[in-house]
Amino acid sequence: MEKRRVYMDYAATTPMKKEVLDAMLPYYNDLFGNASSVHAFGREVKGCLDEARDQVAKLINAQSSEIYFTGGGSEADNWAIKGVAFANKEKGNHIITTKIEHHAVLHTCEYLEKHHGFEITYLDVDSEGRIDLEELKNSITDKTILISVMFANNEIGTVEPIKEIGQIAKERGVLFHTDGVQAIGNVHIDVKDLGVDLMAMSAHKIYGPKGVGALYIRKGVKLHSIVHGGAQEKRRRAGTENMAGIVGFGKAAEIARVNLNENIKRLTELKERLINGVLEKIPYTRVNGSLDHRLPGNTSFCFEFIEGESLLLSLDMMGIAGSSGSACTSGSLDPSHVLMAIGLKHEIAHGSLRLSLGYKNTEEDVDYVLEALPKIVDRLRQMSPLYEKVAKGGNE
Amino acid sequence: MMYSEKVMDHFMNPRNVGEIENADGIGEVGNAKCGDIMKIYLKVEDDIIKDVKFKTFGCGSAIATSSMATEMVIGKSLQEALTLTNKAVAEALDGLPPVKMHCSVLAEQAIKSAIIDYAEKHNVHVDGLEDVEIDDDHDHHHDIEEEE
Repeated sequence: MEKRRVYMDYAATTPMKKEVLDAMLPYYNDLFGNASSVHAFGREVKGCLDEARDQVAKLINAQSSEIYFTGGGSEADNWAIKGVAFANKEKGNHIITTKIEHHAVLHTCEYLEKHHGFEITYLDVDSEGRIDLEELKNSITDKTILISVMFANNEIGTVEPIKEIGQIAKERGVLFHTDGVQAIGNVHIDVKDLGVDLMAMSAHKIYGPKGVGALYIRKGVKLHSIVHGGAQEKRRRAGTENMAGIVGFGKAAEIARVNLNENIKRLTELKERLINGVLEKIPYTRVNGSLDHRLPGNTSFCFEFIEGESLLLSLDMMGIAGSSGSACTSGSLDPSHVLMAIGLKHEIAHGSLRLSLGYKNTEEDVDYVLEALPKIVDRLRQMSPLYEKVAKGGNE
Repeated sequence: MMYSEKVMDHFMNPRNVGEIENADGIGEVGNAKCGDIMKIYLKVEDDIIKDVKFKTFGCGSAIATSSMATEMVIGKSLQEALTLTNKAVAEALDGLPPVKMHCSVLAEQAIKSAIIDYAEKHNVHVDGLEDVEIDDDHDHHHDIEEEE
């Protein structure tokens, strides 16, 4: 088979679209002014901030004034959680989140727990990676100030019941933050309809630049700042504006909004082709995460009897880029906390593979993976002492 | 994480993969929970390792270190094979990333464990075997990380 180069790690990061880069370039050179400056150089770049804010707002049906630019998705998550925690200390010290959050949320909660006396409830998820709404309701106390549940999981693609969570939060008078980094540009989001108070976003997952993100803060929500300094972002997030990055984020958000329906349809088809093909061709395989409540472009598998890093390396040799929640890719002892939370045994979780699809992927890419992957899995299984028993006709 | 060309070569083209029917000694170390299992099969004649095969469940460096370790002991006497260290295996592969050094420990232990099995099954004495300890609690990750 002819070797191709296939990138299927869009959940990690995406290439910038040409229109995005074109929109950004002038701001590195011709339009280099500091938006805070009074002179013409400063004035001429100021307008683009509002335009970008508007573009990001439209993607999630927020008002432009509710979008605050940050240095990325992690900063936005940190700000939402610490900001609410510090602003509501008098009211309570209890935060509810889940066991499958991104580390930007988990580590922030652990920090508040360890150093600032907050109490954190980490909700379990079911085998598909979804939280139990009854458990959420029962976890809320009169000390609860924030619920933070991710919109969609970065590893297994599960989309959480955001609208239902929003309703519960509203009924109980608790703020609701969602990490929307994996979701924006991939699913329809209407923060008003969903009852979301705060949502973290990132540009580089939607074909925009790295190092720029945003936090949606519903009008009226009070939270402390965590980056203090100048008067940028209505005095709520200091630092000279990353003009090119912000312009790029705006452009990427606009493209994502215009293409959303087509994107969902196309990626869903490709994903189904990939999942069905893998399950058909490779025995002892499971799909991780819900099939019904799932990001359009996310596939996540576990292949029994083999380990994920050796799978990734082999795929890489064939030009295919994916990722794994295998412990051996992180140098830690345990496989991904997400795969553990959905109840997988260690030995199964070690053999995970995430292939996340994006706009450059084609049916030919999928078919190429479907040709290469079974051979690679088989080669590694032939080497595996765990596979011996199965290969010799024994039962699992 | 960067692997040396030698690691990648031994990973993509591992030497001595497979099983030996009626092996004279079999060693298995590691466990599935940790994500690494190495199984070594020995064929021994007159105290010389005539053939060795392996099967490994694990990451790229686990497979590469298994392959390299088998190459390094083939044709050696049992006594010589017992002196194989994980550092020698790692060096022969032009080094391993620090977090992967535990794989080389596992390879060393798998060889030793197969020699112990051989000595027990055939009721023979191998010089140096009395000093060998196999880490049975499979905590090789911890051991190495603390050493760094």
